[in-house]
Amino acid sequence: MAERAGAVLRAGSPSALSGYLKAVGAVIWKDLTSELRSRELLGSMLVFALLVILIFNFALELDIRTRQSVTSGVLWVTFAFAGTLGLNRSMAVERERGCLDGLLLAPVDRSALFFGKALGNLLFMLIVAAIILPVYSLLYNANLFLPALAGVIVLGSIGYATVGTLFSAMAVQARTRDILLPILLFPVVLPLLIAAVRATDSILLAIPLAEIRGWFNLLIVYDLLFIAVAIMTFDFVVEE
Amino acid sequence: MIEVRGLAKAYGMRPVLRGLDFRVEPGEFVAVVGPNGAGKTTLLRILSCLARPTIGEVRVAGRRLPGQATAVRRILGVVSHQPLLYGELTAQENLRFYGRMYGLTNLEARIEEVLDVVGLAARRHDLVRKYSRGMQQRLAIGRGILHNPELLLFDEPHTGLDPEAADVLDGLLTKVSSEGRTVVMTSHDLGRAAGLGSRVDILYGGVIARSVQRAEIPADELAKLYRQVTHG
Amino acid sequence: MQPMPKTLKILNGVTAVLLLVALCLVFLYAPREAIMGDVQRVFYFHVSAGWVGGLAFLVTAVAGVIYLIRRQSRWDLLAVASVEIGIVFTFINIASGSIWARPAWNTWWTWDPRLVTATIMELLYVAYLMLRQGIDDPDRRARFGSVYGLAAFLSVPITFLSIRFFRTIHPVVIGSNDPSAQGAFDMTPRMLQAFLFSLLTFTFVYVTLVWHRVRLGRLAEQVEQRKMEMLTA
Repeated sequence: MAERAGAVLRAGSPSALSGYLKAVGAVIWKDLTSELRSRELLGSMLVFALLVILIFNFALELDIRTRQSVTSGVLWVTFAFAGTLGLNRSMAVERERGCLDGLLLAPVDRSALFFGKALGNLLFMLIVAAIILPVYSLLYNANLFLPALAGVIVLGSIGYATVGTLFSAMAVQARTRDILLPILLFPVVLPLLIAAVRATDSILLAIPLAEIRGWFNLLIVYDLLFIAVAIMTFDFVVEE
Repeated sequence: MIEVRGLAKAYGMRPVLRGLDFRVEPGEFVAVVGPNGAGKTTLLRILSCLARPTIGEVRVAGRRLPGQATAVRRILGVVSHQPLLYGELTAQENLRFYGRMYGLTNLEARIEEVLDVVGLAARRHDLVRKYSRGMQQRLAIGRGILHNPELLLFDEPHTGLDPEAADVLDGLLTKVSSEGRTVVMTSHDLGRAAGLGSRVDILYGGVIARSVQRAEIPADELAKLYRQVTHG
Repeated sequence: MQPMPKTLKILNGVTAVLLLVALCLVFLYAPREAIMGDVQRVFYFHVSAGWVGGLAFLVTAVAGVIYLIRRQSRWDLLAVASVEIGIVFTFINIASGSIWARPAWNTWWTWDPRLVTATIMELLYVAYLMLRQGIDDPDRRARFGSVYGLAAFLSVPITFLSIRFFRTIHPVVIGSNDPSAQGAFDMTPRMLQAFLFSLLTFTFVYVTLVWHRVRLGRLAEQVEQRKMEMLTA
């Protein structure tokens, strides 16, 4: 019995890091595989994002002049709303059939679970952005294919997915679940959204990058700070 | 294998376990029985490192909890009343996922082996969402034994099963526990618990009120004792 | 139920006297500001309330961290007590600021970084209370409160920076000077004295209130415990 266990289990841990990364990878793989099959999460995020853009179109009368000044706002509001939808769904999956316990039973550090979930959420947000941007460009004849803009979206999404994953893990354990996440999340990610909107705006107005470096710095500082907070506190959110 | 001394757990002001002592020797099959709300699940959640004890000493395989939880998790297999499986993944994918979480090598071969044991090899490519409750629970056992744990914890594994499926499950539980593993199972069903366990512990009032070797006591006496403890 | 500790009784008295003196200083001792007139007197308690709000939320963050390390419910009691008081004082801060802004800036509300940050801070801690309300298990409630209290507090300075930044490098410049510069004034020594005394007084008010609130929380815990004993006996 013991020998068999030894044969199956990796002897000792020759490389703790590779086991850690393997666990992170396994969580991402699991989320992607089931998502590619059901398309529940990405599907609802995308449809919702398109609807938001359409509503903005009529609510703001996006003619050429106003469009230029509100594009960045419309885009980020869309990402943020679609993002909460995805975050809620991604954590709700772990609640079904007790899967969160299953994750917690695995002999890996809890931060590996956090990174797995957060990276999965980040990936979903980026996929939505990658689809929404060309659609927006097409609908409103605006060129959004700018490398700097991609940078802003990645930095913004990292912070959003980090804080969002941490808070959604709390929200799913509360009675008020789905409605709780945006209330917890929005006031905390406000600086991130301000920075992202302003940076996007400046990029679309073709302001030289040197002048908007401040916004990039702010995004980076926010991302790093909250990644640190999330790693330190995730244990307390999932234990009992 | 398991040594628990003076274990107490309270959820806020509500005490669930009050100074519980509990010992399990290697190779034993202990059934913990008690009425609903007696703290059976709480005890198992503490043993499986999912909940922290409020006070008290808990050792599993010589390691202290919750301090050395990661090491304990490696040798622990848990089957709960929920299957802990992902509905949008197939049986094989579910096992593959958990196998990777445990860092298993030779994973594909082991998955085949486990699917054979739980009798789901033919349906390995079906989504778990489409499984019946009984099949989900069988696959849950497969997930529990995937990494060949020395210690198995079953938390009300029969929940939601019809008698027929429960009998199939009993057979399977006996099979996986006969391979030299130590088992602790909780149940509110005395009959099933007594049928499986080599020792029966009655959990009542937050402590182990009585502990009897199954071989030393006939079934009807055990039932009488159980009524006495839980109603007297 | 244990009687009120002696220190708390003394503190009650001291705080009451301080508050009275502070009122006298603000309304009688400090001179009337030349341009804005009497409405400037809002300033003393306005800033003090803001200070207490910030202090209270800092205490919540620190108490939360200590709770996560030590797991003693009294730290969680302190954290909630502090949030509740912080919310009230931040509200006083925003409302009194609005009263002052009407004559000074000729508007009840402007998108000034300080104003917006104070309001976001208020919303953060309302969210904090809503999170707690949604959770029944007291341990979990305390843990989540601690985590959220820390994350919320850390986000406040970044929010302030980003809103301030928003003004300075916004491509379309709205007005060249900082709106808060309007209505600025130089403090005379007497004003400074009244101001510092108000800060001190409000800090005392905060400590006294937190103490009472923590005591109340403890009593509630004891009631809960008695109830459990009755039910399980």
